[in-house]
Amino acid sequence: MKRQSRFVFSMLVFGYAFLYVPLLSVVVYSFNDSNLATIWGGFSTRWYGELLKNDQVISALLLSLKIAISAATLATLFGTMAGIALSRFGRFRGRNLFTGMITSPMVMPEVITGLSLLLLFVTLQQLTGWPTQRGYATITIAHTTFAMAYVAVIVQSRLAAMDQSLEEAAMDLGGHPFRVMLDITLPLILPAMVAGWLLAFTLSLDDLVIASFVSGPGGSTLPMLIFSKVKLGVTPDINALATLIMLFVSAGVLVAWTIGRRMQRP
Amino acid sequence: MTGKDNDKSFIEVRELSKHFGEFVAVDAVNLRIERGELFSILGGSGCGKTTLLRMLAGFETPTSGRIFLDGVDITDQPPYERPVNMMFQSYAVFPHMTVEQNVSYGLQKERMPRNEIASRVGEMLALVKLEDYASRKPDQLSGGQRQRVALARALVKKPKVLLLDEPLAALDRKLREHTQFELMNIQDELGITFVVVTHDQEEAMILSNRIAVMEQGRFEQIGTPKEVYEFPCNRFVADFIGTINTFEGVVQTSGEGEITVASDECGHSLRAYCDTPPRNGSDICLAVRPEKIYISQTEPDNDEDSCLRGVIEDFGYFGNLSLYRIRLETGKVVQVSAQNRRRSTERFLEWDDQVFISWRPRSAVVLEN
Ligand SMILES: Nc1ncnc2c1ncn2[C@@H]1O[C@H](COP(=O)(O)OP(=O)(O)OP(=O)(O)O)[C@@H](O)[C@H]1O
Ligand SMILES: [Mg+2]
Repeated sequence: MKRQSRFVFSMLVFGYAFLYVPLLSVVVYSFNDSNLATIWGGFSTRWYGELLKNDQVISALLLSLKIAISAATLATLFGTMAGIALSRFGRFRGRNLFTGMITSPMVMPEVITGLSLLLLFVTLQQLTGWPTQRGYATITIAHTTFAMAYVAVIVQSRLAAMDQSLEEAAMDLGGHPFRVMLDITLPLILPAMVAGWLLAFTLSLDDLVIASFVSGPGGSTLPMLIFSKVKLGVTPDINALATLIMLFVSAGVLVAWTIGRRMQRP
Repeated sequence: MTGKDNDKSFIEVRELSKHFGEFVAVDAVNLRIERGELFSILGGSGCGKTTLLRMLAGFETPTSGRIFLDGVDITDQPPYERPVNMMFQSYAVFPHMTVEQNVSYGLQKERMPRNEIASRVGEMLALVKLEDYASRKPDQLSGGQRQRVALARALVKKPKVLLLDEPLAALDRKLREHTQFELMNIQDELGITFVVVTHDQEEAMILSNRIAVMEQGRFEQIGTPKEVYEFPCNRFVADFIGTINTFEGVVQTSGEGEITVASDECGHSLRAYCDTPPRNGSDICLAVRPEKIYISQTEPDNDEDSCLRGVIEDFGYFGNLSLYRIRLETGKVVQVSAQNRRRSTERFLEWDDQVFISWRPRSAVVLEN
């Protein structure tokens, strides 16, 4: 018994080490005083200070946040509408098709999503003159399209778990369908919407491939900036930046997870 | 029952049908319910009770047929415009609102003044004995309390009709019996017409003024509890409500409301009365309830009664009464129930005792095939 549990324990340690040692090394090296990213030269927080002075990084960060907030909000709006439509409006024609189609952006290779959106924007520009330049607007639209699929799925599963007679009861008591949606449906799916928003936010902040396709000159998001810098060699300030991003993302995931857990309870 | 107001019933359902694709859930039913009645729809699982109730509430669109309420055709009205409220099988209490908010929801939608809402809600919570729970959330309530919130919420708008879908199914036996009487009292007090769906025949018998027995989307019989119990109109109803012994047979002589039936199953000819006697030679079935049969160890000397001889195969003692299964000489088993009147110092009937069973000819129901 004892022996087996020791074996299981070491498997656990190995598994987690495999996952987290690379991340941990980034965190550790972000406090490296040396100019060379891979050689330890004593403890220092100077790279965090350098980061703040780097305008390029700051503007990329701001652009990323702006895009993430806009895209998450739009995705939550559209995703919720899609989720409600798919689970509440009975069996309309082509419902199965729509249910399948809503999830396809989740499994589609990002390269293809990015390429198709780029083609769309280029064609659109030729036809209507908009968008004149690719950047904030185009990336936001692109991120909205794939993030809303996630929101729709979260909202839909929440609605599927929710007793439909709640809405019927409200209607029976004199609530018009639209009021019922505001009074009953939305409050009950609110946790799902918040979780969806956070997920969309994280996905958008994280995305490199799609953003690279649909952005133009001057429109560099944080992941794009990091990627281009890394191509010239890993500098210690990248480690610091990566550590900060990890901090934000884990905080976001933690909040989403907590809300999701609360949602499980009836 | 429906003597004088026959052409303007309070609720009238005409040839109402609901098809789900090929499947016919409710099949051209007709129904009249009087004002202030407590009407039950009784039937087995999947017979279409909920579907019928949902059409009355407006959640299902009928495939054909009309529904009238108080002389108004409400078939095409949406649920939020019908003066009808429903208590759901799952209670459907809003989880994000307190008890008080739940009950006041319907009144707020009516745009009733706030102080009036408060007093009406207070009244209603007092009626269902939940005054002390007004600010609780539903997840802090027991099942029985939630059920009463649902009831109060549906009653507070003073609907013309209250529809209840298996209102007591989720309660334990004791609470259920208690709530049955509470429901009847409330109904009496408010004078609202209740339509109750249930699959529990005992509940239907206790609660209702009239019962409709439903099977495969149709009504088999509509009548008072006494009528459906004592005068079932066919085999299904006889079987569905309570226990009954049936004897297949052929009519030998019939006349003057009295018939004689030759039954191979019990090796005897039996007598019975009925208003419209069937033709001689037709196959019928005599049905006798267990409590209408006498059991004795000596042969009864009354030759009016149908009397059979048998052996006790099995019996159960229930305190106030005993149930016997008696095997006739032909092999047919008859169920008999008897009150345990005496605190018996004398010998009880035991397995393998020879007994005689008998019943009055008027106790047997004639069911034609
Ligand atoms: N939306 C639907 N689509 C297809 N068939 C349905 C639908 N709703 C009900 N049915 C079918 O109609 C029949 C009657 O259903 P209903 O819910 O009225 O039964 P019920 O008498 O209330 O049964 P129970 O006592 O189990 O609640 C069932 O066979 C059911 O499968
Ligand atoms: Mg039902």
